[in-house]
Amino acid sequence: MSTSGRSVEADGGAPSFLAANDLHHVFASATPQEHHALGGISLAVGEGEFVSVVGPSGCGKTTLLRCLAGLMTPSSGTVTLYDQRVTAVPKDLTLVFQDYGRSLYPWLKVRTNVDFPLRDAGLDKAERAERVAQALADVGLEAHAEKYPRQLSGGMQQRVAIARALAYRPALLLMDEPYASVDAQTRAALEDMLLSVWATRRKTVLFVTHDIDESVYLADRVIVLSKAPARVIADLAVDIPRPRDQIDTKSLPRFVELRAEVARLIRAEGHQGIATDEVREVR
Amino acid sequence: MTSPTTITARLRDAGIRVAAIAAAIAVWYVLTARADSLFFPTPDKVFTAVWDDWIRPYSTTWSENLRPSLTRLLAGYLIAAALAIAAGIMIGRSRRLGDYVEPVIDFVRAIPPPALLPLFLVLLGIGDSMKIALIATGVFPPILLNSIDGVRSIDPLYLDTANVFRISRLHRVTHVILPSAAPKIFAGLRISLSIAVILMVISELIAATNGVGFRILQSQRQFLMVDLWAGLVVLGVIGAGLNAGLSVIERRVLRWERR
Amino acid sequence: MRGLVGAGVVFGLVELLTRAGLVSASYLPPASSILGETVGLFGEGEFLSSLWVTVKACLIGLSLSVLVAVPAGLVLGLSPTVNKAAGAVLEFLRPIPSVALIPLAILLYGRGTEMKVALVIYACVWPILFNTIYGIRSVDPVAADTARVFGLGRVKTAVRVHLRSASPFVYTGIKIAASIAVILAVSAELLAGGRSGIGILMLEASSIGDQPRVYALTIVTGLIGLALNVVFASIERRVFPWNVNEDDAR
Repeated sequence: MSTSGRSVEADGGAPSFLAANDLHHVFASATPQEHHALGGISLAVGEGEFVSVVGPSGCGKTTLLRCLAGLMTPSSGTVTLYDQRVTAVPKDLTLVFQDYGRSLYPWLKVRTNVDFPLRDAGLDKAERAERVAQALADVGLEAHAEKYPRQLSGGMQQRVAIARALAYRPALLLMDEPYASVDAQTRAALEDMLLSVWATRRKTVLFVTHDIDESVYLADRVIVLSKAPARVIADLAVDIPRPRDQIDTKSLPRFVELRAEVARLIRAEGHQGIATDEVREVR
Repeated sequence: MTSPTTITARLRDAGIRVAAIAAAIAVWYVLTARADSLFFPTPDKVFTAVWDDWIRPYSTTWSENLRPSLTRLLAGYLIAAALAIAAGIMIGRSRRLGDYVEPVIDFVRAIPPPALLPLFLVLLGIGDSMKIALIATGVFPPILLNSIDGVRSIDPLYLDTANVFRISRLHRVTHVILPSAAPKIFAGLRISLSIAVILMVISELIAATNGVGFRILQSQRQFLMVDLWAGLVVLGVIGAGLNAGLSVIERRVLRWERR
Repeated sequence: MRGLVGAGVVFGLVELLTRAGLVSASYLPPASSILGETVGLFGEGEFLSSLWVTVKACLIGLSLSVLVAVPAGLVLGLSPTVNKAAGAVLEFLRPIPSVALIPLAILLYGRGTEMKVALVIYACVWPILFNTIYGIRSVDPVAADTARVFGLGRVKTAVRVHLRSASPFVYTGIKIAASIAVILAVSAELLAGGRSGIGILMLEASSIGDQPRVYALTIVTGLIGLALNVVFASIERRVFPWNVNEDDAR
């Protein structure tokens, strides 16, 4: 694993599971609204890893995820999964959106929402039911399976979205700030739930967040992005033992160190481009 | 608009409504009895006629007039609704196609429905097929436009989710697009229902040999005022019944919606 | 822009199908001849006077219905009990399509303009009334209370605060009523005959089998409908500029 520093590639030798190579993306190019979202991102994720991606607000994290998921094609650069180029949404991955309210289907009950993606996956009824039950158990929502999303709290809705992703059994789970719209206590519970599912189900997770604590707490590696046009400015190994605990882990000196380093990197990014008079105001 | 939620409040409301209707009928009775006008018969005569001619089993008017009217209405309405929703889904998915087609549909929609009658009359004569075609044509544009609108305003995240899970095209339409567009589609269905009734009535007043509208016309020609009013009451019941039916279906289909 | 292309495509298609003999001319005359007829109508004296007859009946009926429906809506909207009671009765009358009353109206008023206006008034009262009630009931009670606290009497509050607040809704009601007025006027003409009106012209052309003319007249009624929309939209933009919204549930 790479140590703290500015390296950009995964450990040489191991075949990378998911890799992005020099991704660029420009929105509305050649118009006045041209926006350079991605400025040459290269990263690699090994199988079974838990990698967080963190960066200043608006730096293009969602764009990056959408390119990785095959929902959109980057202006240049390639994404590979199992060394095969990603051009459309590949079979072995899924994406959990930040806005669970708009990603769950309000006209389907919880159980049907979780079951929905499995209908076109070529499974028989029994297997589908089994997967749905297991996914709901993983996130602790078996008791609410017959309710409609609007009858659940925000945290519970996001758990349904996660259950849906889990039932699909993708090898790679992409998550776009899934806990951003949830209160702190619920977020802590959801983080731990995710870690336990990841440990038992052996998935690979790429977790995008703007919460620095979260990024270090959850991951094996933290990738720090610059502001737009986004580049990878750091790839830090999180050498903190597992299993992690909300209170104990966060008081470890190593955690505090890593957290501070990420925070410094992001703050440095944030300050570039702020006009000098604004900076003076902050002081 | 708030709706009463406690049982007592709801009972009280129902009580007021029933009392009001009873009072209205009483007022109707008093006014007509007092006026003693040929044109405004008293309610008891009207309701008796409704029962005798329309509701009582084996009354001929059921098969001679009510059934043909309802058949034509439902045939025209359902055919147009099915076509319009299907077309709406196709057109709604493509912004460009919509841009080309919508203004033409807007224009057809601007034609007051009864104004279509002379055209259909000259082209298709006075038979049942003319009436069904007329009703279908009047009903088609609002449902189509609302369907297009409904499909267009689908939250893109719903479609993204479907993409991410590689949902099949069929399921995308049946389980994502249709339910999401359903509220607007139902709004169009409701508007079209009143258009359908208007066209049914007009076509039967002008170019028919049977039907509720025809019966009303006949009563007018023969100065059978009680029958005329009975026909109006029946029409009101049909209209209210159809609307209520649509509401029931809508509530069931949209029961997931936040109220 | 694309709309014009779309319309053009339709025109071209119709022209092609009919000229090529694929569609019988007795069903669909060539698009060019329909267009010619339509344009020709506007030069025809009888057409223009008929148009005016119909429009006049609509305008008179619409104005009178506003005078009836808005005050009634104000009263009903302000008093919840009266509204509930009246509501039950109104819901009873509402499902009866106004066009079904044409035979009755003929018996009561004959076949002339008076009959048309009476029908238009009856039919237009409903949408204006219901929209006014809805608008009055949507008034923010705080606004009303504020007015009362400042000493405005009941009546003044009603007019100054409630009516003003509800005016966009009233406007919507009038807009709906306008197209209903046209529907009733034309329907009355179709059924009752009478001396003149667009409906009469249409029926005449229909009975002598002059398809291009019927098509042309039908198109004209569509143009009337469109013109109404445009007029109302532009008035709305000027009087209620904050209310401009995407045309939902048209």
